[in-house]
Formats: sequence, structure tokens, C-alpha cells
Amino acid sequence: MTDDSLPDNEILLSATGLTKTFGEFTAVDGIDFAVRKGECFGFLGPNGAGKSSTMRMVGCVSPVTSGELRLFGLDPAGNGPAIRARLGSCPQRDTLDEELTVEENLWIYGRYFGLSRKEVRSRAAELLDFAQLTDRAGDKVEPLSGGMKRRLTIARSLINSPEILLLDEPTTGLDPQARHVLWDRLFRLKRSGVTLVLTTHYMDEAEQLCDRLVVMDHGRIVAEGSPRSLIDEFSTREVLELRFDAEDHKDFAEQVTGIGERVEVLPDRLLVYADDGEQAAAVVHSRGIEPLSSLVRRATLEDVFLHLTGRTLVD
Amino acid sequence: MPAGAGLARMLVERNITSFRHGWIALVTGFAEPVFYLFSLGIGIGALVKTVTTDSGAVVSYPQFVAPALLAASAMNGAVFDSTFNVFFKLKYAKLYDAVLATPMGPRDIAVGEISWSLIRGGLYSAAFLVVAVLAGAVGSWWALLALPAAVFIGFAFAALGMFATTFMKSWVHFDYITLAIQPMFLFSATFFPLSTYPEALQWLVRATPLYHGVALERALMLGDVGWGILAHVAYLIVLGGIGVVGTARRLEKLLLS
Repeated sequence: MTDDSLPDNEILLSATGLTKTFGEFTAVDGIDFAVRKGECFGFLGPNGAGKSSTMRMVGCVSPVTSGELRLFGLDPAGNGPAIRARLGSCPQRDTLDEELTVEENLWIYGRYFGLSRKEVRSRAAELLDFAQLTDRAGDKVEPLSGGMKRRLTIARSLINSPEILLLDEPTTGLDPQARHVLWDRLFRLKRSGVTLVLTTHYMDEAEQLCDRLVVMDHGRIVAEGSPRSLIDEFSTREVLELRFDAEDHKDFAEQVTGIGERVEVLPDRLLVYADDGEQAAAVVHSRGIEPLSSLVRRATLEDVFLHLTGRTLVD
Repeated sequence: MPAGAGLARMLVERNITSFRHGWIALVTGFAEPVFYLFSLGIGIGALVKTVTTDSGAVVSYPQFVAPALLAASAMNGAVFDSTFNVFFKLKYAKLYDAVLATPMGPRDIAVGEISWSLIRGGLYSAAFLVVAVLAGAVGSWWALLALPAAVFIGFAFAALGMFATTFMKSWVHFDYITLAIQPMFLFSATFFPLSTYPEALQWLVRATPLYHGVALERALMLGDVGWGILAHVAYLIVLGGIGVVGTARRLEKLLLS
């Protein structure tokens, strides 16, 4: 169901002043964003930042409190079924139908979209292949591994050939190998032209997958850009991590003052931000400071988040 | 009335697909009223030769009790499915969260689940009716209408059952369902005529939905048909309608916040 009249780089999803409140609590506090066709757009932030509430509004399963939200140019209020017909939704918690087999999960889910039996069967065969689950087609869902269930959930969300795929924390709870398999599947989808919108609290996931992302904290967007541009803007190129034999690393912060551009103090280490980490380490050494360990690494989105909010992403 | 996409039948299809894996659950629901028919109808029937119905007809005890058991089986089939099964899908399996991410809406879920419950109740009723005919407990061709009548009973109870389920927080609350169903089963002029009760209690019995189901089935299966049966049908339809709208609204409130 692609609309040929839409030019490339058409904005498929946009929000202006988007707000969601639950009673007194403001989960999403007036955010603006726009997602273009074919890109992978991410919401990065810690738990409770308002990512899932945003995703539920975008998925047309949670009414907008105030502000404007448009998908395919349509307002979710009054166009919910028409919009959802063009979306794929992969929720944070698997909601697979455990009373059905793997392939029945795909068939029946396709039927919820009003697709014909013939259509869902041929589509399901392709998707089982895509999800590497063809040999488990007739099995019950319950004994599948976490990674398999996640892949089945993603396959299920693709049954209606969606134009936008919404992924809420797609790899939370998966082991590293299962995550890489999943990322590979998501890359393939992106290459085939599906627009991806995802939330994550893993900076490596955001860096791997997202063309563009917004950093969310306390229901607000605190920064926006590509992973690279965010790191360039809010961090130095490298970071020197210093660990000391101490209860409180604050005591050591003064000793390293003046090294690098700035220093962040975490409970268990000091982060010295410098474009040349090795050089910073040499200066530390020349001052006679002796950390338990020192490590130079490239700056990540984690550093961007720390700089913007003063907190780490994963507590 | 909350939104729907006219796709309620897809949920029925889902339930049929699921039941292909667990058809044994379907069989047990049918066994209960048949056991009752034999234990009460044949057993007690040997002690109680005839009963004078509220309309004055004198019939054998199995003939008297069979329509009531038919109504009760329609009720039980519908209630079991729309309460226990729906609660599990709502709270644990999160089935409806998945369904609502598709074009389907809360109205489709309410209509789909209630339809399935009354299909299930209808199957039990059909099987029971066959057994009752074979046991010689049916005396009129009007009994052919007993099956569609059972569907009205199933509708009322499935809709009310699902509506009630949307308010439940834990399995403990199902005791309230038993608390409502058991006395209805025993006292809705099921096993003895309404005239047995004192006047004040008769009015209480008349207010319960199963009484209308029993009275409807008894009139049809004994061939004692008058315009009055339309009042029973109307009562059941109104109750079912309230249940469907109430369920859809509650689902919207619970799942689309």
C-alpha cells in the first residue's frame, strides 16, 4: 500500500508540541520531531524518559493529550484503523499468541489486518524465512528462545508490509549474539526501504542502527542529530577512563583538573574528555597520579547523554 | 460506542484455530449438563412422577427439567469462556494489546469474543438437545426453536460475563462469578416451578436473566408457546446489548490509555 504520489524524503511521521499526561504526571512534555521516508529514527533515553509513551501515541494505541501528531499526513484521532493498517508494531514485551503455533501466529495476525487467507499464507512463508524460523513453523511458541520470539514478533509486525515499523526496545533482554542477529535483520529491512522508528536505552544499538536520533530525558528532547554529529557536538573525540582505589572518586577530580577539555565524575571512575586520550593519559602520569587502571576509548552516545543530563543511560 | 474496523470475525477465527489444539476443553463443557439430565431427570424423575408447570400443564419430570438444563448449559458455556478465558487473554497473554496494534478496535474485540462465547454455548446446547431428544425428554416440534433461543441466552451471559471480567483484578474475583451463577442455576425455576416460591421471592427470581432463559426454553420445548416468550427474548437481547457496549468501553479505557 505505497502511495506513489509521495516524493522521496517525504516526511511520513511528524509531531509538534506532542504531549502525554497521565493525571498529574507528564510522560511526554511537548516534543517536536519528524521522520523521513526510508530512514531509521531513534529515541534514545533511560527508562522513564517518555519513549514508550511516545511510541504508543505514534502507534495509535494511546490518544494524544495535546499537540499535533501526523502519520502519512493523517491525524490518529479519527484515522486510527487506517493508519495502523500501514504500521508494523513490535512492542517492548513479546505479545505472541502462545495458544497458536509459529506459523499460525503470522496467519492470524495477518487476518487481523483483513488480509485474505491466501495472502497471509504466502506472506508468512517469506517472513518465516526472513526470521530464520522456517524449520520451527509448526512448533508452539512457548519453547522458543528469547531471540527467536523476538524475531517472530518482528516477522509478525511485517505481515501487512508496513511502511513504518515501530520497534520499542527491540533487543532488551537478549544476549549479545541474538542482538547481532536481530540488528542484521533490521539492516536488511532498512535496505528494502522500510522506515524504522525505534526506542532504545542502549547507546551501541542507537549508534549501530539509527541515521538520526533524538535524546530524551524527563519527557523532553534534549538533543537531536546523527550519532556522529551528536558525539562531535557534545563530546570530545576520545575519553580517558580512570579508576582509583577509592570509595569516592570526587577526591581525585581536582588532581586531574586542566587535563583534557573537561572531567566527569562517576561513582566508580573519572572520565577525562580529550581529543587525544593517550596524550591526556601521559599528562596524568607526568603529574604522578597513579590510577588503578586507565583506558582510552572513543566517545559514544553514552558520553553525549552524560554531558546533557549529568546521568548515565543504564543505571 | 468505541471504534471497530468490522473485523470481529477474525478474533473468532483465532479462537477456532486455538481450539483445534485443545478441543478436549470443548468436550468437558458438554458433559456437565448431560450428567445433570441423567442424574436429576432420570434419577429424581423416578421419585417425582409429574410436575405442574406455571402455565398449568402436567408433564414428566425429565420433560420439565430438560429445558432448564439446556438454558443452564448455554449460560455456563458462555460464562466460562467470556470470564476465565477472556481474563487470561486480557491480563496474562496480552492478546488484546497485540490485536489493538492492528486496524481492529475495542468494538471488534468485544463483538468477536462474545460471538465466540455464544458459538461455544450454542454447540453445547445443540449437543444437549440431541441427548434430550434421545432420552425422550422433548415433547414438541417447537423444540427446534430451542437452539436459536439458546443463542440469545448465550449472548446475554457472554456479554455480561465479559463486561464483568473487565473489572476484575485477580483470579480471586472469580468467586463473585460463582456466587452469581450458582444460585441462579439452582433457583431460576430450574428444578421446580416458580409457583413454589412465596410471592416476594417470585419477583426476585423473575428479575434474574437465567429465569428468562429457562422460561423461554421451557415454553418452546413443551410446546407451550405464546407472545409472552418475546418478552424473554427482549430481556436477553437488552442485557446482551448492554454487555457489548460496556465491554467495548471498558477495553478502550483499559488498553487504549
